[in-house]
Amino acid sequence: MTLVSQAPAAVAAPSVVLARPVPGRRRRHPLATPGVLASFAVVLVILGWALVPGLFTAADPLVGVPADKLSAPSAEHWFGTDNLGRDLYARTVHGTGLSLQAALLALGLGLAVGALVGLVAGYLGGAVDAVLMRTTDVLLAIPGLLLSLAVVTALGFGTLKVAIAVGVAEVATFARVMRSEVLRVRTTTYVEAAVLAGARRSAVLARHVLPNAAAPILVLATVQLGVIVLAVSSLSFLGFGAVPPTPEWGSLVAEGRNYLSVAWWFTTLPGLVIAALVLAANRLGRLLEGRTHR
Amino acid sequence: MSAPVLQVRDLVVEYEGRGHAVQAVRGVSFDVHAGEVVALVGESGSGKSTTAHAVVGLLAGGGRVVGGSVRLHDGELVGLPPKAWQQVRGARIGLVPQDPGIALNPVARIGDQVAEVLRIHGRVRRAAAAQQAVEILRSVGLSDPEARARQYPHELSGGMRQRVLIGIALALEPSLVIADEPTSALDVTVQSRVLDLFDDLTARTGSAVLFITHDLAVAADRADRVVVMKDGEIVEEGLTAQVLGAPSHPYTRSLLAAAPQLAVRERVAPRAPSVGASPLLDVLSVSKTFRLPGHAGRTVQAVDDVSFSVPRGGAFGLVGESGSGKSTIARLVLQLTTPDSGTVLLDGAPVVDAAGRALLRRRSQLVHQNPFASLDPRFTVAKIIDEPLRSHRVGSRSQRRDRVVELLEQVALGAAYASRRPGELSGGQRQRVAIARALALEPDLLVLDEPTSALDVSVQAQILALLDRLRRDRALTYLFISHDLAVVRQVADRVGVLHDGRLVEVGPTADVFDHPQDPYTAELVGAIPGRRADLPVLTAAPLERSTR
Amino acid sequence: MTGYVLRRLGAAVLVLWAAFTVSFAVLYLLPSDPVSIMLDAANPGGTVDPAQVAELSARYGFDRPPLEQYLVLLGRAVTGDLGVSVSSGAPVSQLLADAFPQTLALTSFALGIALLLGGTIAAVSSWSRSTRLRGALLALPPLGVSMPTFWIGLLLLQLFSFRLPLFPAVGNQGFPSLVLPAVTLAIPLSAVVAQVLARSMRTAWDAPYVETALAKGASRGRVQWRHVTRNAALPALTLLGIAVGNLLAGAVVVETVFSRAGFGGLVEKAVRAQDIPVVQGVVVVGALVFVVVNLVVDLAYPALDPRIARIPATA
Repeated sequence: MTLVSQAPAAVAAPSVVLARPVPGRRRRHPLATPGVLASFAVVLVILGWALVPGLFTAADPLVGVPADKLSAPSAEHWFGTDNLGRDLYARTVHGTGLSLQAALLALGLGLAVGALVGLVAGYLGGAVDAVLMRTTDVLLAIPGLLLSLAVVTALGFGTLKVAIAVGVAEVATFARVMRSEVLRVRTTTYVEAAVLAGARRSAVLARHVLPNAAAPILVLATVQLGVIVLAVSSLSFLGFGAVPPTPEWGSLVAEGRNYLSVAWWFTTLPGLVIAALVLAANRLGRLLEGRTHR
Repeated sequence: MSAPVLQVRDLVVEYEGRGHAVQAVRGVSFDVHAGEVVALVGESGSGKSTTAHAVVGLLAGGGRVVGGSVRLHDGELVGLPPKAWQQVRGARIGLVPQDPGIALNPVARIGDQVAEVLRIHGRVRRAAAAQQAVEILRSVGLSDPEARARQYPHELSGGMRQRVLIGIALALEPSLVIADEPTSALDVTVQSRVLDLFDDLTARTGSAVLFITHDLAVAADRADRVVVMKDGEIVEEGLTAQVLGAPSHPYTRSLLAAAPQLAVRERVAPRAPSVGASPLLDVLSVSKTFRLPGHAGRTVQAVDDVSFSVPRGGAFGLVGESGSGKSTIARLVLQLTTPDSGTVLLDGAPVVDAAGRALLRRRSQLVHQNPFASLDPRFTVAKIIDEPLRSHRVGSRSQRRDRVVELLEQVALGAAYASRRPGELSGGQRQRVAIARALALEPDLLVLDEPTSALDVSVQAQILALLDRLRRDRALTYLFISHDLAVVRQVADRVGVLHDGRLVEVGPTADVFDHPQDPYTAELVGAIPGRRADLPVLTAAPLERSTR
Repeated sequence: MTGYVLRRLGAAVLVLWAAFTVSFAVLYLLPSDPVSIMLDAANPGGTVDPAQVAELSARYGFDRPPLEQYLVLLGRAVTGDLGVSVSSGAPVSQLLADAFPQTLALTSFALGIALLLGGTIAAVSSWSRSTRLRGALLALPPLGVSMPTFWIGLLLLQLFSFRLPLFPAVGNQGFPSLVLPAVTLAIPLSAVVAQVLARSMRTAWDAPYVETALAKGASRGRVQWRHVTRNAALPALTLLGIAVGNLLAGAVVVETVFSRAGFGGLVEKAVRAQDIPVVQGVVVVGALVFVVVNLVVDLAYPALDPRIARIPATA
């Protein structure tokens, strides 16, 4: 008598229990909600401003018409004008390129250095891990903006330097997440199964660890983009970024500080653009997060 | 017969999915009378748990009763406003939840958690409630209840926690008690002691009991009547002896046949050991100690001087409860960890260096417990099975592709599955993929670490049948590790019983199960559910026999 | 237990030392010439007098090898001497001590508002069964974290100082002048608090012990208060250190917007003048605050979470 004989045919056939049509890759489109569509629209428009500002406004961002100074938003001047009669919409559009460049540079720096540090620490472990992680502990102990300010103090002012300063402050965050992802994947059962299958360390790293650790890092990058845009614009607001009259988002808002009581649009509208971009980036980041944690 | 305590009629429960509703329970009707234990039996997804939760009005988010009625004595429960529900729950319906490990608030004291049910319903003073809580803890058989009341859940064992939860559920002597898989998370010896206590207490209060379980054997032991559910509907119900002894519905018959504890009665003679002359695997006086994290200098002896050998073509079952060291032995055999002392021989040769380890890795493969974690979610099935071939540079690309298809067919999946990803497969299908991967390098030894414990019972039966066929077809040797004695009894021809890292008994399967020598083994065997119910041997089973 | 406290204390001191070292490395070792920066900042566009450069270099020790500079500065820092401001000549420790009370008042008020506001949003949204209320409340935190702090401040100024003259626009005079800056500072933090707490409360609501409590007949309110809040607050507590650090950083911006004296104003001016000793002092104090808050959380945690309390006791 064999074991198989005790399992009736109805059960032994593998297709009976739990067999349902295989769900294809295509699911109900999760991108069709109003919030997500609006976020995509905001990101696309702002990317357009950054790449081809001339397409979005004909006005000159640097030269104003003194007679039109401090005029409220109108069909002619969507965001109104500033104290020198310059069109604020044109200044915002033309400031996008510089502001976004700085943010992306900072993101790239933080992502590249942080991910490398995290990967090395998580994969090598031991003393290397301990030293690298204690270092990131210290970087995390110094509030990000203060660390950026210290770097700015040492390097001097300017958009590029602000970007580096913000990027340096981001390294620790990326390193932490990358390390924990590498550790998580390294201890999964499927990596143990790969080792048992005879795969070499390099193959395990390239085929299992990196692909599975990469997704959360990219999600983090989307979420951190918002944080970075805020940090860059804060430093720019404090006056450590571009030199006037070059427009930049943070400094645009700063220029309006002295006209709060007479020109509400001067600070409000450029600031609204920053908030819209950050909100959109966060929304898309959470969307990605939801999809990878599915 | 008097009026039923619980009367469920045409109950329909829907879950709000993304955009569309799914009916988890479709027109279920049954009664539970005072002093009666009714078991609601089914596999995962059958709707048994949903039915139970609908009865206490605690459906998980998105679930709601859309039709039918639930009456407790004469009161309708469906549509009861929240305030009224609060007076029913705890006082008139008690719930014993599923997993005692997480069903108690981790940051509140045991005594306070027991007293809470008294405070909610009885308007007793704080001090009086605390006093009563201690009495309740005493009544559920906890030693030193005063001290237990001041402890936190993590300081109690799983069995003790389940006793506390039973105490909470029965504190106000409710007329209906719902037990939702109350002991599935517990070790088998603890399980039977806790269920004995539960039986005693509910018999004393005369409560009606609705007992939810996936385990037919437990239902056979404990229930007066059995209700079998499948896909949200009742397929069969009746007296326990009648339903389990002479099932009328094919699904019940297939469930029964798949249940290892009950099916095992039929197997009388152990398989004639098709033993090769020399042992394939020798484990010689192996010991392993671990340091406890966070406790400087404290160690735990995971494996203590364990020796056994497995002949070529044999199937050695290693049984033990959680913490007995059985998984550590698997890791030692596979050289995933090195023993403190003792050796592991494969084919009489010790593993001494990296080359030996590589050879051993090729000749012995592991099938993990959890098929949901052991497959890389980003790989296709073909890539997963190909990985060992690729790593060991076996054959050309096209030869490997053919081999993958061949392996898929051997585990009864077929080439169509090659391009799918683990996320698209069921648990049983995933475990088949894991087995195919383990077979790719034509190993001699397969270490099976609880290969079916994450699966439903009917799927488990399929996987066990597959493993049995593979062993015969391919002259494989198995080291089969499990906490489930009934499963081991089906698979193994020799058994070793582990207790606290020591091997307390080794012998042929039938001897160990029928004439246990060690007291611990005797307790373990005695605790297997399905022994108390004196059911007639399945007569329907031979008709269902597969020719496969 | 004393072993635990000593270990934590040791770790805190180590982090502080490392923060000093990192700020030294950033400020003194990056490829820049601190002396000419200082001279340029003190006298923009002026000619550089070599004698003045040599005198300054000697005064600040820039002519020494970096390791010696570092050890001298560290030695002084241990005794509480953080050097002298380049632009004003006042001792850095004195400047920090003068600024500290203002910033402490601002940040602690803001922390209170943030915990209250964020906690309420999280608790109500997890307790409520109305999906509409829940959705409305949970839409707030993403807004809060997306707005630049300086912009919030300017909006509030416009609305509550200029349109409705309820609060003074600038200055440090008494409680009314504290309200708008504190609210500005609190909004982003309360959004973070609400997000973190709402998530852990949702997890807690799904926990089986909540089902046990409901099965006892407890009301949703009782479950929220007795079971969910405590379990959800514990993991969120560990974020407090980072939150307070961010408050300090946010104060730099807010104090600039509202022209308040304090830590933020001090560091903003110091960066502008590239006053390296002052910047380093602020960075070290920032790390000190983080370390102290975390130390307090670490030491309080065992008292709040019984699962941790027992480990040192049995070891």
